Amino acid sequence: MEEQLVYTRPDVVADRATHYCPGCHHGTIHKLVAEALIDLGVVDKTICIGSIGCSVFIYNYLNLDTVEAPHGRAPAVATGVKRARPDKFVFSYQGDGDLASIGMAEIMHCANRGENVSVVFVNNTVYGMTGGQMAPTTLLGQKATTCPAGRCEELEGLPIRMAEIIGGLGATAYSARVAVDSIKHLKAAKKALRKAFACQVENRGFGFVEFLAACPTNWKMTPIQANERVASEMIPHFPLGTFKDTTGEEQ
Amino acid sequence: MTQQTPKRIFVKGNEAIARGALAAGCRCYFGYPITPQNDIPEYMSKAIRDAGGQFVQAESEIAAANMVLGATACGIRAMTSSSSPGISLKQEAISYMAGSELPGVIVDMVRGGPGLGDIGPSQGDYFQATRGGGHGDYRLLVLAPASGQEAYDLTIKAFDLAFKYRNPVMILGDAILGQMKEPIVPWVPDNLDPDEAAHWQLDGAAGRPPRLHKSLFLQEGELAGQNIKLQKKYKAMEAEIDYEFFLVDDADLVVVAFGSIGRITKSTIRKLRAQGKKVGLIRPITVYPFPSEVLKDLATQGKRFLTIEHNMGQMVEDVRLAIRTITDSDFYGCLPGNLPTPDDFEEPILKALEG
Repeated sequence: MEEQLVYTRPDVVADRATHYCPGCHHGTIHKLVAEALIDLGVVDKTICIGSIGCSVFIYNYLNLDTVEAPHGRAPAVATGVKRARPDKFVFSYQGDGDLASIGMAEIMHCANRGENVSVVFVNNTVYGMTGGQMAPTTLLGQKATTCPAGRCEELEGLPIRMAEIIGGLGATAYSARVAVDSIKHLKAAKKALRKAFACQVENRGFGFVEFLAACPTNWKMTPIQANERVASEMIPHFPLGTFKDTTGEEQ
Repeated sequence: MTQQTPKRIFVKGNEAIARGALAAGCRCYFGYPITPQNDIPEYMSKAIRDAGGQFVQAESEIAAANMVLGATACGIRAMTSSSSPGISLKQEAISYMAGSELPGVIVDMVRGGPGLGDIGPSQGDYFQATRGGGHGDYRLLVLAPASGQEAYDLTIKAFDLAFKYRNPVMILGDAILGQMKEPIVPWVPDNLDPDEAAHWQLDGAAGRPPRLHKSLFLQEGELAGQNIKLQKKYKAMEAEIDYEFFLVDDADLVVVAFGSIGRITKSTIRKLRAQGKKVGLIRPITVYPFPSEVLKDLATQGKRFLTIEHNMGQMVEDVRLAIRTITDSDFYGCLPGNLPTPDDFEEPILKALEG
């Protein structure tokens, strides 16, 4: 049987192995980001804002102009970049500790100003690189190194739903939550990310996509168990869907 | 070369800084209101937009400084301004700019502290400005103007130096300078290079390899290498050392004072000179790098020293370091929040002169 090439690595993805743990979803999300940039034809004019944690090394895997932001401040850095170069495509790539904890003010105000930038938010319910501490998105009952008995509502409050909060702000153009645990979800994720990025290209303003992601190492699970946990535990608390869409396009 | 516009204008020191920034080609201003520097964001909110630039009233001092980081990573001349407690909040971004070698300009119109302190004048941020302030082993170039005109001139210089060294530069003023209104002659530099950042700015990697501005260096030896590079740069910055001499040549006693206090002291010295007292002044204009060699030279000539500051003793440590192998410096500190007059310095200067 003749072999047929059906898939190849996009050029913008660097030809090197990532440092991510087996079963981590960052690699998949990086690839979706790369494909969306290619689809929209903006690779050559993109400026990426790297942040903190495992994904700080995004610049090792995507061949893009990149600036590194302090913990939580990527939306402020993105604001500065976009204001300085309004003709460029600007996106930040942030984890849950970064965006929903220390960077809560920056993400809220960046969205609320309607900055014409895009934000990729990777929510794996735990501080990854730092070693498995509790995140603002840690699920009730989930064990972390700083809530060893499991997150408890009385002491630590409820996990924050960012896509809904961002969707509730007047100046947000697009906000959605997606997952990459199955082919079906991955296809929807690809579509959502493209839409969020297109909002910037079309000058509609702030686009936000929350990815539910696996962290097998800190969850102390196998890659397959971790992937399954996304569907069985995360999606019930963090429902997938679109929370704001000003594009008028059908979902 | 400069184009002198003959017209004098009557403006506050804060506005002189804002106008100087615009003349220097600053096209992004990000700030957060705090007294006594609010004239800067208020002026910029219209003027920089009229000039085709960007103004954002950020959600915090932290965000404002990080917006500067983002804009300067793109090679754009960008500035933020604040006052003491706000500068503390900006320190993280300043450290990142230093670590990533990005050229932001930061204005600190110092007020009384520590903590919330008051909104009156002080020089209590000298340590914070000259020691880095944020985390890590880094330095800023710190320029300390003493008049509206100098505030204008040094702001233009601050942008040039920031881009020359790819390092944050701080304008260290105070509430006296910021709030005092006096005539200045604005001018526009005609040697601005629109391509000054062409070889490192982020503008999308079209037709070239991607660029990266970062301060994270995890590979073994990598951070050491970056720090050696930075330390060489800080050493090279000594070429920018600047200061004012006033009646120093025949003086027995040299007063060391910077910024507004340097200017007030000048009046005291004029009065004492009229009485035949041999007193002079050295006013450091770059407080980092500090004019240590100049002070050491004066010490070798046998001159004695009195450091006067609007704090309880900060720059005096640099003065003592400079002259430590030869002599010492007396110190007179006036309390933060008060507005000192030339008369206040008469007694301490006479006391030091009499030894």
